[in-house]
Amino acid sequence: MSARPPVNDWSTDFDHLDPRWVENPYPIWEELREKCPVAHTERFRGVYFPSRYEDVRAVAYDTEHFSSRRIIVRETPPPRIPAPPITSDPPEHRPAKNLLLPAFTPDAIKRHEPGMREICGKLIARFADKGGCDAAVDYAQEIPVRVIAVMLGLPEEEGERFRKWIHEILEAGITRPDILMKALGETEKYFQAEIEKRRTDPRDDLITQLSRATIDGEPISEPHLLGALRLILIAGIDTTWSAIGSCFWHLAQHPQDRKRLVDEPELIPTAVEEFLRAYAPVTMAREVIKDTTINGCPMKSGEMVLLSFPAANRDPKMFPDADRVVIDRAENRHAAFGLGIHRCIGSNLARLEITVALQEWLKRIPDFRLDPSAKVTWSEGTVRGPRKLPVLFG
Amino acid sequence: VTVKVKVDREKCQGHARCAALAPELFALDELGNAREIGDGSVPDALADKAYLAKANCPEMAIDVEETQ
Repeated sequence: MSARPPVNDWSTDFDHLDPRWVENPYPIWEELREKCPVAHTERFRGVYFPSRYEDVRAVAYDTEHFSSRRIIVRETPPPRIPAPPITSDPPEHRPAKNLLLPAFTPDAIKRHEPGMREICGKLIARFADKGGCDAAVDYAQEIPVRVIAVMLGLPEEEGERFRKWIHEILEAGITRPDILMKALGETEKYFQAEIEKRRTDPRDDLITQLSRATIDGEPISEPHLLGALRLILIAGIDTTWSAIGSCFWHLAQHPQDRKRLVDEPELIPTAVEEFLRAYAPVTMAREVIKDTTINGCPMKSGEMVLLSFPAANRDPKMFPDADRVVIDRAENRHAAFGLGIHRCIGSNLARLEITVALQEWLKRIPDFRLDPSAKVTWSEGTVRGPRKLPVLFG
Repeated sequence: VTVKVKVDREKCQGHARCAALAPELFALDELGNAREIGDGSVPDALADKAYLAKANCPEMAIDVEETQ
């Protein structure tokens, strides 16, 4: 990544790729919430950053002034990359979303649970006797990529290739349009070939199912199909991998929480909601398409808004003791999966994967801590989670 | 006092928290969106669950109504 001019004032010149923001954004957001609830930067050709829950919510609900046609803040004028429904606005959004929803209900997801447990068990067996592992690299990153591959009907072993594309599209591509375009071209070719295979050899998988899908009796267009497949691939992997990683980052440093989840495994689903709140991985973006104001702050058409569900989730006005992780928090209407019409389609899948990942690990490895001789590193950009998380067992 | 739950179908976005926390009171349709089961009547023993579901709905789509 190119060297970035240092930030002196987060209110008027924030940069979400600044190393301090990448490492630990929470104190920055806390300061902004107090001093300047809607921050702005001239970087990235103009971006607003609401840090309060109510303002994030207001933007998420307002599809008249805020469009999803661009959902990632990039440094160069980005190509429009349709990935319906996440990049769709009303009225196209609803039919595009309804197409995908049935495959992602809790009941539909349940049939993947035994497979998830098997995946987790196999991964744990590789390192359980070694005294330690990188919980992000050896465990968290390997789970969702395999689950999504199975759902789409692709070989589990393609993980490395998928992760490379995701890194190029979501991280490297923010400042390097050439890398972005190359990765997009590669995913398109890859899916075209997979769709072609299924024309003569249909299978029980999402690619087959979506390539036959219709909206209002008409088959969906090839760009729509390719966009939806790319969305499922990208959105389902590093997001959940980041969420799982953050759970382990927390538990490695909080032995009491860890012990409680080992002793009371029935508490795990509640704790997962709290981890999702406190360490929500996904920040979306919107393009302002009509001048408006949010909380008194004028927003200009053509600029972007970073839609930080992670910041909303730390707003003490909405969540008492917002910076403390309370694993049995009973009231928790967090926004980790978004608010409004763009609620994450994969939320039920992600919740189950995170829960299973914790259950299987804690059964085998109840005690672990951060490796004091190694460094934890974090992803940057749209999705936040640990990318290196060396832990020691026992 | 009788307690009834109701899901606002316009507001519901299918987070499915209510069905996870109070499956006796809420069901999901084929798209994963929620509705109250039956007429939404809540047996006394499930009143706490009704309020828990309400308190965990990110879209604030659940209403719990008490009548004397």
